[in-house]
Amino acid sequence: MAVNLLKRVGIFVAVLVGLCAFYMGYRQLYLSTGWTRPFKVDEYAMPRLQDIVSRLWEPAATDQPVLVQVLVQKALFTAREAAAGFVIGAIVGIAIGIVFHFSNLMRRGFQPYVVGSPILAIAPMVVIWLGGQGLPVWMPVAVISAFLTFFPVAINTLRGLDSADPRKLELMRSYAASEWSTLWRVKFPCALPYLFSAFKVAATASVVGAIIGELPSSIQDGLGGAILNFAQYYSLDPSALWATNIIAAALGILFFVIVAIVERLVVRRAPEHVA
Amino acid sequence: MTAAAVSIRNVTKTFGKGGTTALKNIELEFQPGEFISLIGPSGCGKSTLLRVIGDLIEPTEGEAVIGGKTAHQARLDRDYGMVFQEATLMDWRTVEKNVSLPLEMMGWDRGARRDRVRELLELVELTGFEGHHPWQLSGGMQQRVAIARALTFNPSLILMDEPFGALDEMTRDRLNLELLRIWEATKATVVFVTHSIAEAVFLSSRVVVMSARPGRVQKIVDVDLAYPRTNDTREETRFFELATEVRELLRESHEAREGA
Repeated sequence: MAVNLLKRVGIFVAVLVGLCAFYMGYRQLYLSTGWTRPFKVDEYAMPRLQDIVSRLWEPAATDQPVLVQVLVQKALFTAREAAAGFVIGAIVGIAIGIVFHFSNLMRRGFQPYVVGSPILAIAPMVVIWLGGQGLPVWMPVAVISAFLTFFPVAINTLRGLDSADPRKLELMRSYAASEWSTLWRVKFPCALPYLFSAFKVAATASVVGAIIGELPSSIQDGLGGAILNFAQYYSLDPSALWATNIIAAALGILFFVIVAIVERLVVRRAPEHVA
Repeated sequence: MTAAAVSIRNVTKTFGKGGTTALKNIELEFQPGEFISLIGPSGCGKSTLLRVIGDLIEPTEGEAVIGGKTAHQARLDRDYGMVFQEATLMDWRTVEKNVSLPLEMMGWDRGARRDRVRELLELVELTGFEGHHPWQLSGGMQQRVAIARALTFNPSLILMDEPFGALDEMTRDRLNLELLRIWEATKATVVFVTHSIAEAVFLSSRVVVMSARPGRVQKIVDVDLAYPRTNDTREETRFFELATEVRELLRESHEAREGA
């Protein structure tokens, strides 16, 4: 177990180092050859990696704390939106999956809409609907984030519930088990591995949703606001936007890792069955 | 006179509209405490018949009556226990929790459940494996857990669908002996579906030989070997005679079909 963990961390670090090396190698290659496709590389397009990292330890703006401190605070704000969005999305997604599982009519009628709603178009409306109702400012953003998370959860809940072995269902029938009892004791546990693959997708999607959701709400306290802000000053200070992206990526990875850890604790299954 | 343990009355089962006839006018009666094997070529409907008895499949015509009740009522009253070819254990539950699953649904409290599970694991000789997960057990052990689970609520009828079909022959022989011991201890009626002639003759008080397409009862063979049966039973002349009789019946039904 400990060895396994060490191995995983090792792989993670190796991949990270590889990505950094790729970034710097690509940059160096384009700078030295002067290639311009797909785009011209210079200090603005791709700042030096060390500049990006050291930018984190410089003041965010004049008379402000260092950038990393500001960004971590904003990340915490966005994390709250994303976590709320993830929870709402997961609950709604599981509920929709269960309804679709039991009702073919609902499944056929509503599945296209569940699959097809374009989140960005909805975001401003959610802000309008939920704004100015005395709710906390981050609440509409959480709802937008939930829009991105519920979809994979709903689809995988449905697939997971459908996946229960017919023998197990027959067995429950032989016990004269109720639908609820079968759902709780057989179908839901069978769906858990599917649910957790959905949760992993949803965890990162919820962070993306929260960042996107901050844009039409003009919320300045989160990473979305910071990205928008630094994008406007990109030509003056490119490293700040890159640094913000690193923090945003770290937040997404953190969400993913939390779900992966919970999965290990919750899903007790033959090793070959863990999805 | 007490009611028959299982009474199958003119059961016909057709799948789909005008589709294959799996069972055709089946009439059978099993007495309490009998060990009945259903044997026949694949497609003879023996598993279907077992499911009709368990009210897992509804017959197109006729009915199954279990101890004087409709099959449906018997299922609701949990009058039978079921064992499949695959152990069908819940991976996420320990051995103890798998065996206690039916009791959980019947609302037994924790202490009573634990006592009953201990008793049953002792019966199937799996004491000490309470905390194991199914994937940590061999196929034979998994099947013993499934048998223990089927016995939890002390059913008067046990339905078994090729329970040892996926096991190697040595494990199968050992489990056959164990099953007879359990049957004698519980005095339950057993209906046992199998492909194996030797297994059917060794276990049963009567063997129902079925023929295929449509599934019919070809003949019922009375197995007049004394219980308790042991490994020596397998070497008795009478055992061979009965096995030969069943084999010839199966061949006849096969040839009749080929000739038609």
